[in-house]
Amino acid sequence: MAKSINIIRSTAIPLKIENVDTDQIIPARFLKATSRDGFGKNLFRDWRYINDDEKQPKQDFILNNKTFSGKILLAGKNFGCGSSREHAAWAIKDAGFDVVVSSFFADIFKNNSLNNFLLPVTVSESFLQKAFTEVEKDPSTEVEVNLEKQTISAAGETETFEINSYKKTCLLNGYDDIDYLLNSKKEIEEFETLVK
Amino acid sequence: MSKTLFDKIWEKHVVKQIEGGPSVLYIDKHFIHEVTSPQAFNGLNKRGIKVFRPQQTVATADHNVPTLNQHLPIKEELSRKQVEALIENCAEHGVELYGLGHPFQGIVHVIGPELGITQPGMTIVCGDSHTSTHGAFGAIAFGIGTSEVEMVLATQCLLQTKPKLMRINVEGELNKGVVSKDIVLYILSKISASGATGYAVEFAGSAIRNLSMEARMTICNMSIEMGARCGLIAPDETTFNYIKGRKFAPQGEAWDKAVAYWKTLFSDGDARFDNEIFLDADDIQPMITYGTNPGMGIGVNDNIPTIETVNETDKSGLTNSLAYMGLKEGTPIKGQKVDYVFIGSCTNSRIEDLRMVASFVKGKKKADDVEVWIVPGSKQVEKQAVEEGIDKVFEAAGFMLRQPGCSACLGMNEDKIPAGKYCISTSNRNFEGRQGPGARTMLASPLTAAAAAITGEVCDVRELMESYEPLAASYEQSVSKLKAQNS
Repeated sequence: MAKSINIIRSTAIPLKIENVDTDQIIPARFLKATSRDGFGKNLFRDWRYINDDEKQPKQDFILNNKTFSGKILLAGKNFGCGSSREHAAWAIKDAGFDVVVSSFFADIFKNNSLNNFLLPVTVSESFLQKAFTEVEKDPSTEVEVNLEKQTISAAGETETFEINSYKKTCLLNGYDDIDYLLNSKKEIEEFETLVK
Repeated sequence: MSKTLFDKIWEKHVVKQIEGGPSVLYIDKHFIHEVTSPQAFNGLNKRGIKVFRPQQTVATADHNVPTLNQHLPIKEELSRKQVEALIENCAEHGVELYGLGHPFQGIVHVIGPELGITQPGMTIVCGDSHTSTHGAFGAIAFGIGTSEVEMVLATQCLLQTKPKLMRINVEGELNKGVVSKDIVLYILSKISASGATGYAVEFAGSAIRNLSMEARMTICNMSIEMGARCGLIAPDETTFNYIKGRKFAPQGEAWDKAVAYWKTLFSDGDARFDNEIFLDADDIQPMITYGTNPGMGIGVNDNIPTIETVNETDKSGLTNSLAYMGLKEGTPIKGQKVDYVFIGSCTNSRIEDLRMVASFVKGKKKADDVEVWIVPGSKQVEKQAVEEGIDKVFEAAGFMLRQPGCSACLGMNEDKIPAGKYCISTSNRNFEGRQGPGARTMLASPLTAAAAAITGEVCDVRELMESYEPLAASYEQSVSKLKAQNS
């Protein structure tokens, strides 16, 4: 897993669908693995293939459209709702994305993404719609995300996005939450003594 | 200063606050299952560390287990390996496992409450979004991802940002044939599948207070379907009576002390919420979903919305949903043919749900071309059903009582609905393919699902309810017996 994120400049794939739930991102039947690897090949499985057959890709599904490529996924509002399966974030990251842009993310998905150095960028609905239009019109349109400055730019428009300063430091430097917590063990033990 | 129920619990669990960032939140109880825990244990093993507080984690196998012939080895290799990994990991790290064959095995959100593990004032997490269920006891309970499961195993803590707070009040008496599932589907139809994203939601009002504990769990269970971080209900006598005497409930002096504390857990009169919603119980009809997210619900006598009446941004979603479901805009949902009926899942698989269905179907028979699966939430629910004779009622009606697990709620095991078939389901998600690739799910209450099983189509349960007599008499008896057996 590529750790640490700062500036990502890439073309984007416009997935213009709202309320994309994690069952679509990675259907439950692919959750039987006991490792974190290899989920990318089943990303959006049932939207990608007819009758679950890799030889029959659904031509109208955007991820099957060779015109679009890139490390940035643009998606409609309420992306990642439903099941808490982190496999959804693993699958998107494994398929080569570093950033998901939407006007609204489901909470658990957002946390799961951040824990996997997949950056969820929340933009205004109007910015998102413009980005969809521009990218659909010209697939070579580049989107630039600058984590340090907390900005996203596409087609001449720039917007700032929110991220808490702790998480930003983690992503810029490749720190995990678990490292932070393990380093806090003494305080956790003191807390346990206090409440018992 | 006046505080909300959520604030009172949250503040007691903050180990420390990171400046400009999240809080280190202490977790009292952690539930794990076979699907979202193996990678977390791998993480611990790679770091060479053990589970920090193994006695605060409880495991079960539920998502990926068959619901027939559980005494035999699991046929499907990957599923078997995943369940075996859970057994090995729990043994190695000293975590209590209620696995297949154990009398306490069952759906993680059914067994926690029924064993008295879930208690008011706790922080509870699990690598499953329906952990929100436990909030019905006045606990902060939420679903987490696998990286977070690893954090809790390693440190009993999580880094969490405090959510905004919303209160949803439902006042008044429920109509005949309307149960807690209808309340929550109604709320969802009003505020949408993203209406509570970023919020912790407290459910309040007389209609909520009058519900049994199991009915309250159904409401909190589906708070995640509104996008809520968690849902919770202030504990009261109903809560205390439910917990008292259960396997892991406090006893003697510890019980008195616990109840005294639990009684302080309510939102103060003038506590402030970031958002507050008021609904009238009398407006709620038996509900059913027609689309592909749980916010797309209507009363069973209503027509499916037309494309032109919805917001501009929702038009394409509705068009795609109806195409997937094979339903037409502006037409009645009543009369829609049903192929499968699934009564189960962490939303509606408890003994009260089974009892409600049995009371209704007693003396009736299922429609010929409908397949009916009843999947109890736990071994204990299954046992109670047999003791109360509910299994015989189901058998006579042509319903199949299977063994405990998540089953057709998410179709991870063999219990899948075939492509194109309609399933009326008491579960929580009607997402595309949720119950199997191409499956068409309509969410409803156990009563509405049972009615469809009898008629073979979506119908208004109230029209069939003349003979409805709750089988309540044996209830107290069976609960006391269960508590006595486990104590």
